[in-house]
Amino acid sequence: MSNERILKTTRQGKPGQGAGDRNLDWYIDKAVQVLVLIAGISAIVFIIGIFTFITKEGISFIFESSYRISAYTIGTLEEKEFPEELLEELEILEGETYVDAAELIIAMEETIGKEATDQYKGLIIEHSVHEPFKVMDFFFSTRWKPTSEWKPTYGAFALIIGTASVTGLAMIVAIPFSLGAAIYIGEFATGKTREALKVLVEMLAAIPSVVWGFIGLSIMNPLIIKAFDVPIGLNVLNAGVILGLMAAPIMATIAEDALKAVPDRYREAAEAMGATRWQVIFKVVLPAAKKGLLAAILLGLGRGFGETMAVLMATGHAINLPTSIFDSVRALTATIAAELGETAVGSDHYRALFTLGIFLFVVTFVINLTADLVVRGVKKG
Amino acid sequence: MVNTNKPSVKLKVSNLSINYGEASALRDVNLDVYENEIFGIIGPANSGKTSFLKTINRMDIFTPGMKVVGDIIFNGTSLDQWRNVYALRSRIGVVFPLPVGLPLTIYENVALAPRLAGVKNRTELDIIVERCLTRAALWDEVKDRLDSLGSMLSGGQQQRLTIARALSQEPDLLMLDEFSIAVDPVTTMRIEDVLKELKHEMTIILVTNLVQQAYRLADRTAFFLMGDCVEMGNTEDLFSGNVQDERTRDYIEGRFG
Repeated sequence: MSNERILKTTRQGKPGQGAGDRNLDWYIDKAVQVLVLIAGISAIVFIIGIFTFITKEGISFIFESSYRISAYTIGTLEEKEFPEELLEELEILEGETYVDAAELIIAMEETIGKEATDQYKGLIIEHSVHEPFKVMDFFFSTRWKPTSEWKPTYGAFALIIGTASVTGLAMIVAIPFSLGAAIYIGEFATGKTREALKVLVEMLAAIPSVVWGFIGLSIMNPLIIKAFDVPIGLNVLNAGVILGLMAAPIMATIAEDALKAVPDRYREAAEAMGATRWQVIFKVVLPAAKKGLLAAILLGLGRGFGETMAVLMATGHAINLPTSIFDSVRALTATIAAELGETAVGSDHYRALFTLGIFLFVVTFVINLTADLVVRGVKKG
Repeated sequence: MVNTNKPSVKLKVSNLSINYGEASALRDVNLDVYENEIFGIIGPANSGKTSFLKTINRMDIFTPGMKVVGDIIFNGTSLDQWRNVYALRSRIGVVFPLPVGLPLTIYENVALAPRLAGVKNRTELDIIVERCLTRAALWDEVKDRLDSLGSMLSGGQQQRLTIARALSQEPDLLMLDEFSIAVDPVTTMRIEDVLKELKHEMTIILVTNLVQQAYRLADRTAFFLMGDCVEMGNTEDLFSGNVQDERTRDYIEGRFG
């Protein structure tokens, strides 16, 4: 096509490009706009949706109190020398739940008679109060016995400590590892080594957590038993190391980005003053990148905290307050994963697991929010 | 010492050539820089001026593909024989074209070099910081906020901070690479006054693309053009038209470049 022809076509436009025409390009543009809008907004919708769902299932557990004649009620009354014939009659009510004391009294009058009710209602009400969630118990009791026939208890302290100890150890493993890797890749490695390492680290970050759990179960376990002469190799040490290795690649990637964001002129200026490579990194680059590095650590922390499959497989999954790194523990996330499938929808146990979910959600939310605020600080500074 | 007939040579450059891969940045340069003088280097962009400075403090070893041939003798010792390149660099202060306030406090910016050299005593550091900032004509403006970030200062202030930092190394040789690019004229004049004072204590190499700046400051001036050192002589001679190469006269009179 000659130049003149091209010019002519451009000026006149293709057919269908007059003022009033909407051609295919116009519709594609509109459609893409709508699709992108939906995708963008979906994040908000999902967050709100998940939060509502977890809260709806779990929140009633926190505030609920009711009256219930349970095996525990019957047993306690028996100990209190409650008349045996009345006890047999009362057992008919076992498993029934009443929203308030008045309803319970009506039911009692129907079964054991008005006279006995008046005499014993104080005792019965006292031992049938049903508050599955007590703040002190939930956060500070180690008794997580949701399936107890006698009296289920929901003390999450051991689980919280389990998660905290594993995550803490994981950070001790991951922070030096990931920062070291980031410094090497970002500051020392050049050319092909650097590119290869970056790809490999990203690949490492993509390994599914069940694979890590499998490594913990089948490699770390016997290794720990052999090396430290302990009876069980599925413990805080095992899970902490596995989780640390899992979190390190993603932390290294983000930390390396933070180092790369430090302008080269800072390095040159410090080098020109006679600083060695190490002094440049330690005195200038790391201080300049400290916010980004902190964000990397916090994201790793969030990842470790929320990880489920690997900790389920490597911790030993035993409710236990650890006294050393060779004790088995159980994590919050692993508890939800392992138990939720076996609970009746709407039962106390089911709702207790959702309460754990709320707790996890709040903690990870706070960690991520902190990380986000820190990263924003990076951009401003 | 300065006005003796035969001033001592601080820096002797012989047959220096610099290549970046195939491209030649500097060809066969020979020059001497005397003790306690301001040695000006003028020339249009891409003439090899910055490469020349990089070579002197051995920044070339971190620039991939940069190849240096020739000999540079600094303080009587060939650069090849300086076995500790970091020690060499600490003797040479560099001020880059764009101000570099390191992301540390103003105080730490100036205290960094003494700290690297092993000064730990806080009183001693205080004295060094105040002296260097004063000499860089910055002390009065920042003395009340030494703990704020150096990278938050204005461009002109950062450039003076950079000079203060270079001075804190107590260098024998101060190299300035087009320091006035990002600085307003008033600040430029103040820094120029500082440089005139400083040359009594050290040797200064001033790379500039402002011909008049070389005229105001330099004792001797070299003219670099496209990688060649076209001319070198007393600044007075060059600017009074006493040149060996017509191109020098053309450049100084502003007919090209």
